[in-house]
Amino acid sequence: MSTNNSGKKIDVAYVAQLARLELTGEERVRLAGQLDRILEYVDQLRQLNVDGIEPTAHAIPQVNVFRSDEARPGLPLKEALKNAPQRMNDLFVVPKVVED
Amino acid sequence: MDYESVIGLEVHVQLKTKSKMFCACQNKYGSPPNTQVCPVCLGLPGTLPVMNEQAVKMTVLTGMMLGCEISPYSKFDRKNYFYPDMPKNYQISQYDMPLCKSGHIDLVKECYPKDAQNQVSAAKRIGITRIHLEEDVAKSFHLETTSSIDFNRAGTPLMEIVSEPDINTPEEAFAYLSTLRQILLYGKVSDADMEKGQMRCDCNISVRPVGQKEFGTKLEIKNMNTISGVRRALAYEIQRQTGCLKKGENLTQETRRWDEAAGQTFGMRSKEMAHDYRYFPEPDLMPVDTAVFMNEVKSWLPELPAAKKQRFMSDYRLTDYNAGVLVADLELANFFEVGAAPGKNPNAVANWVVNDLLRDLSESKLAIAQSPIKPLDIAELVEFCESGKISSRQAKDVFVEMFKTGKMPHRIIEEKGLSQVSDAAALETWCDEAIAANPQSVEAYKSGKTTALNHLKGQVMKLSKGKANPKTVDGILIKKLSA
Amino acid sequence: MAHRLSLREAAENIRQRKLSSVELVQALHTRIRKIEPKLEAFLHDDFDLAVKQAAQRDAQPADGPLHGVPVAIKDNISSAGRPCTCASMMLKDYVAPYDATVIRKLETAGAVVFGRLNMDEFAMGSSTENSAFQKTKNPWDLARIPGGSSGGAAAAVAADECFGALGSDTGGSIRQPAAFCGCVGLKPTYGRVSRFGLVAFASSLDQIGPVTKTAYDSALLLNAISGVDPMDSSSLPQPVPDYTKYLGRDIKGLKLGLPKEYFIEGLDPRVKQVIDQAIRHFGSLGAKLVEISLPQTPHAVATYYVIATAEASSNLARYDGVRYGLRTEKPGDVLDMYFRTRAEGFGPEVKRRIILGTYVLSSGYYDAYYLRAQKVRTLIRRDFEKAFTQCDAILTPTSPTVAFKFGEKTDDPLQMYLADIYTIAVNLAGICGISVPCGFVEKPARLPVGLQILGPAFGEPIILQVAHAYEQSTPWHLEKPNL
Ligand SMILES: [Mg+2]
Ligand SMILES: [Zn+2]
Repeated sequence: MSTNNSGKKIDVAYVAQLARLELTGEERVRLAGQLDRILEYVDQLRQLNVDGIEPTAHAIPQVNVFRSDEARPGLPLKEALKNAPQRMNDLFVVPKVVED
Repeated sequence: MDYESVIGLEVHVQLKTKSKMFCACQNKYGSPPNTQVCPVCLGLPGTLPVMNEQAVKMTVLTGMMLGCEISPYSKFDRKNYFYPDMPKNYQISQYDMPLCKSGHIDLVKECYPKDAQNQVSAAKRIGITRIHLEEDVAKSFHLETTSSIDFNRAGTPLMEIVSEPDINTPEEAFAYLSTLRQILLYGKVSDADMEKGQMRCDCNISVRPVGQKEFGTKLEIKNMNTISGVRRALAYEIQRQTGCLKKGENLTQETRRWDEAAGQTFGMRSKEMAHDYRYFPEPDLMPVDTAVFMNEVKSWLPELPAAKKQRFMSDYRLTDYNAGVLVADLELANFFEVGAAPGKNPNAVANWVVNDLLRDLSESKLAIAQSPIKPLDIAELVEFCESGKISSRQAKDVFVEMFKTGKMPHRIIEEKGLSQVSDAAALETWCDEAIAANPQSVEAYKSGKTTALNHLKGQVMKLSKGKANPKTVDGILIKKLSA
Repeated sequence: MAHRLSLREAAENIRQRKLSSVELVQALHTRIRKIEPKLEAFLHDDFDLAVKQAAQRDAQPADGPLHGVPVAIKDNISSAGRPCTCASMMLKDYVAPYDATVIRKLETAGAVVFGRLNMDEFAMGSSTENSAFQKTKNPWDLARIPGGSSGGAAAAVAADECFGALGSDTGGSIRQPAAFCGCVGLKPTYGRVSRFGLVAFASSLDQIGPVTKTAYDSALLLNAISGVDPMDSSSLPQPVPDYTKYLGRDIKGLKLGLPKEYFIEGLDPRVKQVIDQAIRHFGSLGAKLVEISLPQTPHAVATYYVIATAEASSNLARYDGVRYGLRTEKPGDVLDMYFRTRAEGFGPEVKRRIILGTYVLSSGYYDAYYLRAQKVRTLIRRDFEKAFTQCDAILTPTSPTVAFKFGEKTDDPLQMYLADIYTIAVNLAGICGISVPCGFVEKPARLPVGLQILGPAFGEPIILQVAHAYEQSTPWHLEKPNL
C-alpha cells in the first residue's frame, strides 16, 4: 500500500456496505475525499518503529474481572418491549430476513 | 474411482450456568418470550458486559476433559456482523486467544451407532483445534413477510468446539458427537440436548478421490437436530457430492441446509460478500489469566467414561460389554455403583441393570432418574438369589413386580409368599409323604431308573405348593431312597 | 439569584435549611426559561420529575453531601424514565428503562437529577454543532460554539442554568467546552468512574466527569460518582478518597511540568499569552516549573482517530431499528431496514466516523491501522509515565484556540480533529486532567481561555489541589458572561 499516489485509498462503497449505511452518490464522493485526506494524515503512524511494542487495548490493565454466577431478575416484559419499533405477541418484529 | 470424505465439525454447546454469559439474567430453557432479558442482553445504549466466572471455568474444565492445552492468557474479541438476532450487531467471542487449544477425543466402539459397531476395529483419535467461549444469539421465528425475535436465549454462554478435519465417515461423526456429549454430561457443563439446541453442530465436508492429497471443495451443512440427523445428513451429502464428481461436475463452496423430513440437503443463498468480521479486542472486558484458577478447576475434573469403564472392569469384574453400556450414561453408571457397592456379586447387579432394567425403562419411555426400581432394590434382589431364598425364575417375577409397583423385593416375596422353604423338618415330612404315596416310583428308582426321582420331586413341590427348595429336596430324597 | 450559587453553596444552603430543594429547582427553572431561548443548552428539562424528587428530598433528613442539589446530565447518560437521545435522530423517541451507575450514585448522595444537556451527536465533535436538534451557543458570545461534545453542559454551567453537570470525555469533550465557556471540567482517570449507562462512543477512552463552576464543586461531584462498579469491568477498585480534603493545601515546591511539544505552532498566540501568564502565576505561588518532553505528541491525533472511530463503528452497530430507536418507513426487508434506518438516523459526522472506523478494522487494514495505533498508544502512555517521574502535574493549554464561530470548521473535519491535540493524549494514556479558567482573550470578543492540569492515573487529588490553589489566587472563575 503506497501513500504517494493521488489515487483513492478507501473504497467507501464497500465499507458502507459492511457498516450497513446507505450513502447517496454525493455523500460517497464527499466522504471519499475527506477520508482520503484523513488517512493520509494517519499514515504518519507508518513511519514509526513499533517493533516489539505491545499494543494497548486497555488504558489501565487488569485481569480476571468476573461476576459470580448468580441470576437476578431483568426487565419486566413491558419495559423490555417499550422501545420496540414493532412488536407482536411479546416478540420483537422485523421485516423478513433474507439469507445472506 | 473410489472417493473418501474429509469432515470437520464445529460444535456449539450451551453452558449450564445459572446466569447468562455477560449479564445476570437467568439461563433457562423454555420461558415465555422476552421474559429473561435485561438492558445488557438487549444491547441497550450504555450497557456493558461482565464476564460470568463460572462460564469461563466450565470452558477450562471442558478443555481439561478433552486433553486441551489451557491458554495461560486469554481474551475476548468482538466479531462484527449484522443480524437481527444479535442485540449489539457484534458477538463477543474469542478470536486469536481462545481459552483452550489442541485437544482430542478418542472414539470407542460403544459410541458408534449400534448397527455400525461391529465394523469398528481400532480406536480412533479425533483432534480438537480449539475451544472458545462466546455468547449465544436470540431465537428468531421466520414468518412469511416478517421475522419475530425472542431475546431470552441471547447472551447464553456458548462454547464453540472446533475439530480437526480428522473425521472420515458419518459414523465417526456420530461417534465423535456422542462421545463429546457423554464427556460434557460427565463434566456437568451442559445438558447438551441437540433437540433443545443446547448442542448444535455445523459440518464442514469435502470429498476427494482416494489418494488425492489436496482437499476437495469444502461445503458446510447446517440444521441437524439430532446426532443421528448429523449421520444421515453426512451420508446423504457424501453420496450427493460423490455422484457429482463421478459425473464430472464441479462442486461450489456453499452452505447447505439439512431438511430432516425430506432427508435431503438444500443449498442456501450463496454469499454475495465474503465475510469481513472486523475482529478486535473487546474493550469492555479484561483479559483472563487462567493460572489463577487452574488448580480449582482441576479439582472439578470428573472420572471420565474411559477411566470409569476400566475401573468397573477391574474393581467389579464386569464384562467389557456391561461396563461399556453402563459408563455410556453417567446416571446409569452411578445407579449401578450405588447398587453394586454393598453386594458380593456386582456383575449380577450389572446384568439386571443392563438387560432387564434398561429394557423395561425403554419400553415405558422412562429415564434412569425416573426408574421405579432403586439401585439398592436390585442389590437386595441379587442377595435373595445368591442366598437361595428365591429361585432365578422367581426372581424374574419379582423384578416384574418391582418395576410395576416400585415395592422392595422383600415386600413382594413376603406378600406373594414366594420364599423357598429350606427348613429340613418340613421338607422331610413332605418327602416321606411323597415316598409313601408313590411306591412304583420308589421301585423304579431303586432298580436304576434315576429319572423316577424327578417324579417324586414333583410330588414334593406340589405338596409344598412350590415353595420347597428343589436342590435341598433332591438331597433328602436321594438320602432316604438309598437308606 | 439562587441560580448563581456554586454547587457547594447550594448544598450548604439546603443543609442549613436556608433554601429548600424545591426552591433550588424552581430557581433553575426560572433561569432556564429566561436564558434558554438564547442558549439552547438543554434538550429536555424534565422539570416535573425534578420537582417531585426535590419535594421528597425536602421531606428527608439532609444527610447526603449533595442533598437536594439539582445536577444536570449530558444526554448520553441513561436515567430511567427519561430520554437519552445522544442528540441523535436515531434515539429521538427513546426512553431509557434503567439508570446509569453515576445516576444511582448521585441519588445516593442526595442529588436531584434535573435536565438533559445538548451535545454533539453520540459525543462525536468538538463544537456541539453535530447535535441533530439544536445549536447551543457560547454564553460569552452567542455567535460562537460552546465547544464539545459536552457543549450543553459547559454552556449551562457557565450561564448559571445549573449548579453542576455530568459530561463525558472521550478526547477532551469535558475539558475543551469547559475551557471555551469559562468553567471547570474534569476528566477522571480511566476506570475511576463507572461507564455503565454512558452511551458508548469509544469504550477504551470514554469517561464520565463533572462540569462545574469551581474546583471545589468538581471535587464534590467526583466524590459522589467515583468508585468501582461491578457492572463495569473497566472500573478500578482503588479506594475513593474525599477529594475535597486536598483542596487548600499549599502547592509550594510542587513540580509542574511544561511539555515543550505543546507550546509550538498551531497555538493561537493570544491563547499562549494567557497561558504563559498563568504559568508565571504558578511560579509566584512557589511551584517549581520544569520543562518536560512528550515526544509522541505529534502522533496523538492520528492514533486517537484510528482507535476512537474503530471502537465507535462497532459500538454504533446496535442502532439498527430492531429493538429501539428509529426505524425507517416501510422497509422492504431487514437489509433495507438497516441501510435506510442508519442513513436516516445518523448525521454526517457520525457517518464519517463509522466509515473510517469500519475501514481501519476491515480485512487487510487491521494491522496497518488499528493494531499499529494500539502500539503507538503504548508509546504515548510511556511518555506520560516517564514525564510523571519528573513532575507532579503537567500544565498545558486546554485548546490551541478560543471558541470559534459557528460553521467555521465544519467543512474541514481534519482541521477540527487537529484542534483536539492537547486533550486527546490524556484519554489515550488513561490519565486524569482538569481544565480551569485562566483568563480571557479580549478581541474580537471577550472569550475565556482554559488551563489544563494533568495528573498521573489516580492523580485526581493533585490536579484538584493545583486547580483549587490557582483558582483561589485568581479572579477568573468569578467572571460571569453577560446574558
Ligand atoms: Mg461461534
Ligand atoms: Zn440480560
